[in-house]
Amino acid sequence: MNNIVKEFTKGLWAEIPPFRFVLGLCPTLAVTKSVETGVGMGLMLTFVLVFSNIFISSLRKVIPPSVRIACFIVVIATFVVIVELVSQAYTYGLYQKLGIFIPLIVVNCIVLGRAEAFASKNGVVASIADGLGMGIGFTISLTVLAAIRELFGAGTLYGINIMGPSFEPFTFMVSAPGAFVCLGLILCIMNLFGKAKEMV
Amino acid sequence: MSDYLLMAVSAIFVNNILLAQYLGNCPYVGVSKRMNTAVGMAGGVIFVLTLAGIITWIFDVFLLRSFDLVYLRTIVFILVIAALVQFVETFLKKMVPPLYKGLGIFLPLITTNCAIFGVCIINVRKDFNFMETLVFSVTSALGFGLALVIMAGLRERMATARIPKILEGTAITMITAGFMALSFFGFLGMA
Repeated sequence: MNNIVKEFTKGLWAEIPPFRFVLGLCPTLAVTKSVETGVGMGLMLTFVLVFSNIFISSLRKVIPPSVRIACFIVVIATFVVIVELVSQAYTYGLYQKLGIFIPLIVVNCIVLGRAEAFASKNGVVASIADGLGMGIGFTISLTVLAAIRELFGAGTLYGINIMGPSFEPFTFMVSAPGAFVCLGLILCIMNLFGKAKEMV
Repeated sequence: MSDYLLMAVSAIFVNNILLAQYLGNCPYVGVSKRMNTAVGMAGGVIFVLTLAGIITWIFDVFLLRSFDLVYLRTIVFILVIAALVQFVETFLKKMVPPLYKGLGIFLPLITTNCAIFGVCIINVRKDFNFMETLVFSVTSALGFGLALVIMAGLRERMATARIPKILEGTAITMITAGFMALSFFGFLGMA
């Protein structure tokens, strides 16, 4: 039991993606213009991560090691298609705002990274805990980044005006360069609490 | 002709796939530490993206659209790309060993490079014809290569520079990328 709690909580702080575990940067930068898209992407990724972890860990003894990456990708792609179709049907506005970044969850390094590093070596329950922890950690990160960018870039938070009518939006924050700089500054704050894990 | 030229300039400079569209950021941070790995990765992406763009377009137009299977696009594309990368790797290993030595270790990484998959999806979502697909794939890959090589050059200099301890590692890379994206914004008036 202790072990499972540990697998869950490591995604929330010790290895929180993408601030400590610098993977999956494309959606991190692209969909954090507003809190709504940030949270939406985080929840979609959590769903894909949990279910792909369940399937891959339960099939880990069946999948031959030489073609494992291709097998992982098929499993992940299946769940991404499910997310894509469901969001197209029920949350069309979000689907349009996220655009190509929904199919791009397939090539998100976090999902494949967890499949390869964790789910293919551990049992189903531990993999669920790992996927859930990492997914929620990713959602928290995106929400924090999106809140900062939306607040300064547009003066709103989840579409609600916070800064008042006299606020002049700092549009740099919602443009592409602002995304890079803002993430850089957050990584710098994370460095204060200990060094970020270097990417391979 | 001028349409294609405009498209090329736009894809390389104005809407650079890395700096304006945020695609392919993991290899951008991961392999930009040294110049020779960056050049290898850029070469691999140009090679694979050109092939992948054309092949996924053919699959989409002649298979998915004609049999009304567009909802399977994500699965089909990623499988095509994974198979293509595997095939290119085997082919180069047997037929062009020097090129394989240069690109070899980057090829498996390219399967999960969002730039490849992203450009293939953009090609079909924007209803490009065959020539447009070809031009857009090649020039997007060139734009990716350009940004990656510039970044590698900067990071090689940074390795010997004195960087504040708190900014070390990925933090300074992201901030540098931000300023690079800002300078690429200067091309906005061109297309």
